[in-house]
Amino acid sequence: MHRYAFVLTRPLQLIPVLFGISILSFFLVKSIPGDPVRLLLGTKSTPEAVARIRAQYGLDESLPVQYLHFLENLTRGEMGHSLLYKMPVLPLIAERVLPTFLLVVGSVLLTLLIAVPLASLAALKRGTAADHAIRGFTTAGLGFPAFWLGIMLIILFSVKLGLFPVAGFGEDALTMLHHMVLPCLTVALALSAIVTRNLRASMIAELASDHATAARAKGLPESWVFRRHVLPNSLIPTINLLAINVGWLIGGSVVVETVFSLPGMGQLLVRAIFTRDYMVVQGVTLVFACATVLLNFVADLLTVAADPRVKL
Amino acid sequence: MSAEALSRGNWLGRGFATLGLGHANLNLVLGGAIILGWALIAVFAPWIAPYDPIAHNLPEKLLGPGLSHPLGTDNFGRDILSRVIYGARIDLQMGILGVLFPFLIGTTLGAVAGYAGGWVDILLMRILDVVLAFPFLVLMLAIIAILQPGLTSFYIALALVGWVSYARLVRAQVLVLKTSDFVLAARSLGFGRLRILFRHILPNCIAGSIVFSMSDVVLVVLAGSSISYLGLGVQPPTAEWGVMIAEGQNFITTAWWITTFPGLAIVLMAFGFSLLADGLAERFGLRQP
Repeated sequence: MHRYAFVLTRPLQLIPVLFGISILSFFLVKSIPGDPVRLLLGTKSTPEAVARIRAQYGLDESLPVQYLHFLENLTRGEMGHSLLYKMPVLPLIAERVLPTFLLVVGSVLLTLLIAVPLASLAALKRGTAADHAIRGFTTAGLGFPAFWLGIMLIILFSVKLGLFPVAGFGEDALTMLHHMVLPCLTVALALSAIVTRNLRASMIAELASDHATAARAKGLPESWVFRRHVLPNSLIPTINLLAINVGWLIGGSVVVETVFSLPGMGQLLVRAIFTRDYMVVQGVTLVFACATVLLNFVADLLTVAADPRVKL
Repeated sequence: MSAEALSRGNWLGRGFATLGLGHANLNLVLGGAIILGWALIAVFAPWIAPYDPIAHNLPEKLLGPGLSHPLGTDNFGRDILSRVIYGARIDLQMGILGVLFPFLIGTTLGAVAGYAGGWVDILLMRILDVVLAFPFLVLMLAIIAILQPGLTSFYIALALVGWVSYARLVRAQVLVLKTSDFVLAARSLGFGRLRILFRHILPNCIAGSIVFSMSDVVLVVLAGSSISYLGLGVQPPTAEWGVMIAEGQNFITTAWWITTFPGLAIVLMAFGFSLLADGLAERFGLRQP
C-alpha cells in the first residue's frame, strides 16, 4: 500500500469519532437543567407560545429524532442562534477564528524557536551548568500557569518597558502582529518546557546512534553531523509531541485570550458560559473538537512526510 | 515502560521498603519536602497566617511588601501572605481530590475493559477516543457551563474528563499482563475473575498510574487555578491562588505584588509535584534518571 494511502483511509476511521463528538455535544446541551423554551421566552410566556416554539424547534420529538435533526442542521452549517449576540452561531464563530488561529500557529513557531536552540545546547553540552539550567527550566516550566505568566509578561514588557500593548487586537496586519507577540510568547514559554525536555532526550539518543557514528567516521565535521543527521531525526518525535498537545494548546489559548482580551474563540466561549448562551458553548466546543481532530491528522501527515520509514 | 518494571511485582512493598535505603534520590527528597511543606502550611493555616484572609481592612489597602505585611495587601486591605497561606488549603485539595476521582474511575474502567475484552473493551475505547478528541480544558468548561460555576462542578467535570488517561494507561498494561504465567497460574488455581484482576494483575501495573498521577496533579492544579482565574471555579472572596491573580490583574500597573506572589505559590507547588513524579519514576525504574 502506498505510504500516503492513509490520507484517504484515515478520514473513514475518523467518522465514528466525529459522530461521537456530535453525540456528546448534543447531550451537553440536552442535559442543561430547566426548560430551554422557557429560558428563551422568559418566565411570562403563555402555554400556547411555549408549545409553538417547542414544535418549531422540534423539541416535542423523541431524543433520537432530535439528534437526527441536529445532525441534519450541522451538515447545513446550522448551529442555532446566539441569545446574546442575536445572530447565527457559525458566522459568530467565523468572526473569531483569526486571533485564535494566529495565537496557536504563532505559539508553535515561537516554541520551536525557543526549544530547538535550548535543547541543542543542553544535548551537546550534556552535564554542564548550561545543561542543568535548561533541565531546571524544563521541570519548573511545566508548572507555570499560562495566565500568570501572561500577566508577568504584561508587567515587564508593557507596563515597565512599554514595548507591547497591554491587551486587545489590532486593526491591520502590523498592529495585529504587535498585539500577538506577548500572547504567543506566553503560550510558547509554557509549551517549550515540555518540548525542550523531549527534544533534548531524543537528541541525546540520536547523537549516540549508529548513523551519527557512521557520519563521523566518514570524516564529516561534528556541526554537519548535528545539523544534517541528528537534528532532523530528533524533530520527528517533537511533531508527535506537539500533536498530542494540540488539545492542551487550544485550552491554553482559551485562558490566554482572556488574559490579553483577544477577541478569539476562547474568549467567546468564556463569555458564553457566563451569559448562559448555550448554543454558542455547544458551537465553540464542537469547532474546537473538530479542529483538534484535524490538527492531529495534519501532524500524522507531517510525520509521514518527514520520515520515509513511517507507515500509518 | 520497561519489561523490568512490569515484572517487579509487589511494587508497594519493595518500593517503600527501599525508599530510605537505596541511593539518595534527590528529586524524590526535594519534591517530597516541598509538598510536605505545603501540606503543613495548609493544615496549620489558621495558626501561621498573621491576618484574616477574607476580612476587609480598607485603611491598609494596596500597601507594598513591608514589615507589617511581608507580601503586601490587596485593594481590600487583605494581607497577601495570609491569603497565599489559606490558598494552599484549596489548591492542594484541588490537586489531590482532582486526581483521586479520575484515578479511581479510570483505573477500574481500564482494568475491567482490558481484562474483559470483547464489546466492553471496544465500547470503552470508542468513548475514550471521543473524549480525547475534545481539548481537555474546553470540555471541562463546557461541563461546568451546564453544572453552574464552582468547586464541586470542577471536581465533577474533572472526574468526567480526566479518567480517560488512567483508563488507557491501565488497559494497555492489563492487556500485557493478562497473558502472563502468574495469571495463568492463578486461573488454574480456580480463582475468580475479580480476584485475579484486582488482587493479581492490578497491583502489578499500578506503579505507572501512580507516577502519572503525580504529574497529573500539576496539570490539575493548573487547570483548577486557570478555571478559577476565569471566574468559573472557586468563587471570591475565598482565598484561592487563581482567584487572587484574577482580582489583582486590575492593579498590575500600581500593585504588582497582588498577582506575583500567588503565581509563585502555584509554580512552587507544581514544581514540587513535578520533582515527586520524576523521583517516583526513577524509584520504580520507569524512566531513566
